Amino acid sequence: MDGSGTESGGGLRRKRLKVPVDDAALRELELGDIVFLDGVIYTGREGLYQRILGDGIEPPVPLREISNANFHCSPAASVNDDGTYNVGAVTATASFRFSKWLDAWFETSGCKLIIGKGGMSPEDYKTQLAPNGAVYLTTVGYGTGALLGRAIKRVVDVHWLEELGIAQAMWVLDVENFGPLIVESDFEGNSLFEQQNKLVNEKVEAAYEGLKPPALARYGETTNREDEVV
Amino acid sequence: MAMIKADAIEEAAYELTAKAAIEIPQDYRDGLRGMLKGEEAELSRFVLEAMLENYEAAEQDRRAMCADTGVPRFFVKAGNEAQIEGGFVELETRLRRALARATHDVPLRPNRVHPLSRKDNNNNVGIGAPEIDYTFEPGGNWVDITTVHKGGLFGSDYRMLFPGDGIDGIKRFFLDVMYEFGRRGLACQPAIVGVGLGGSKDIAMTLGKQAACLRTVGDRNPDQQVAALEDELKEMGNSIGMGPMGYVGSSMVVDCHIEVGCCHTGGMPISIHSFCLSSRRAVARLHGDGRIEYRTDPNWFTPYSRRESVEWTEAEQSLAVV
Ligand code: SF4
Repeated sequence: MDGSGTESGGGLRRKRLKVPVDDAALRELELGDIVFLDGVIYTGREGLYQRILGDGIEPPVPLREISNANFHCSPAASVNDDGTYNVGAVTATASFRFSKWLDAWFETSGCKLIIGKGGMSPEDYKTQLAPNGAVYLTTVGYGTGALLGRAIKRVVDVHWLEELGIAQAMWVLDVENFGPLIVESDFEGNSLFEQQNKLVNEKVEAAYEGLKPPALARYGETTNREDEVV
Repeated sequence: MAMIKADAIEEAAYELTAKAAIEIPQDYRDGLRGMLKGEEAELSRFVLEAMLENYEAAEQDRRAMCADTGVPRFFVKAGNEAQIEGGFVELETRLRRALARATHDVPLRPNRVHPLSRKDNNNNVGIGAPEIDYTFEPGGNWVDITTVHKGGLFGSDYRMLFPGDGIDGIKRFFLDVMYEFGRRGLACQPAIVGVGLGGSKDIAMTLGKQAACLRTVGDRNPDQQVAALEDELKEMGNSIGMGPMGYVGSSMVVDCHIEVGCCHTGGMPISIHSFCLSSRRAVARLHGDGRIEYRTDPNWFTPYSRRESVEWTEAEQSLAVV
């Protein structure tokens, strides 16, 4: 892959992005582009959000100076006796649960890239990510932990390991060719999952055709098969 | 008779824990390759290709294939004449020890926490963890230890259906699970989908979980009617127009396995489980003479475990696998 960062081949466009990312690079991303990252990213999920945003504790390091890419992740990692770290695989955790933190998080962190699993709601893209100039990259599968783990060149630092434990601590990772990731929301806040869902929904009725409903119904928060449960 | 040594149990369980986390079973890998052949949608193809590449990376680097290393657990099948040094209490201790060590060494993610306090012992061991299930088989002095690292908070559901709901009810429920957990790929499909049909409610859940996790891709239930339904549900899941990550596609179900148990005459409890893109299982047979053989087919369900009769007759025994 050359330094200009774009490669096409197959039908999907492949891109290589430097982190911290800038507006110009983000603006060019289209839904469904395959992205690989180079630079420093950090993990952060409910534990980190609760401490910084909920409990009002100062971040352990000035976030904006480290990176503008927040990875919703817990690594499969252990701490060696000599204090070094052994990071095996890294895989994202489902992002939709972190919606309530977004507003305050963008303000505090200045994040431009959210990397996670399964995306967030179309409303979040329109009302949170796009207005803050951020895009969402989804991991693939979602089990590509070995490929992502392999792309970690170095654990730069781990913050709040004591306080939050291995899974929730803030891991600062220096990565190279970190991917594949898929562009799930673009600069305008459009969503690939939403587009794909619409196509899938065209066939839902046909799938159930001719199958009689069961005798006993169930309580539920949705009975519409075209709805999402996230 | 020679005893199965406690040290051998710990060694095998440690090795199995690493193998399960790192090496995707060949049957699942072949199944996924088969799905890729039939998949036409570009995004779905990309996901399948990335997964196949990921399995290779995991094996080359000896690192976990997915960082969510699930909730490691054990299934123990003992030959009727198995003699274990220290007995089953020692066996359980050794399994717990092996898992705690392997969690640090592989490493696995220490996923297990107390459900309320959320306290993490950082070794995947705790109250009721790992679960250890048992079954027995006529015959020799051996023990099969299977470990499964089942991932995924999504992709399972239970429902009490009634006899009148029939095959339609089963199909509808199956579709519900496909749509509910397939969107955005919450279930990390394509999955081995296990269906537990009948038994008591808890057994319906157990059978479905075991059908997903303890049978290999391509395996069919010996009951013709059940096998036909396995084929039909697999086909149905793959024709709803959805694929990996909920993208448009045709790859949802690598295989469908159904296990049945006799249930109350008034009901038809059903459960559905999805064994994800990291369908992690590994098996070891420990013999009394000290040999340890590794494989990936748990061979959990057998003519004996599925027997219908009161007695275990000679005719049935001749079919049994020991
Ligand atoms: S469901 Fe399976 S593939 Fe997906 S994140 Fe969990 S363990 Fe990994």
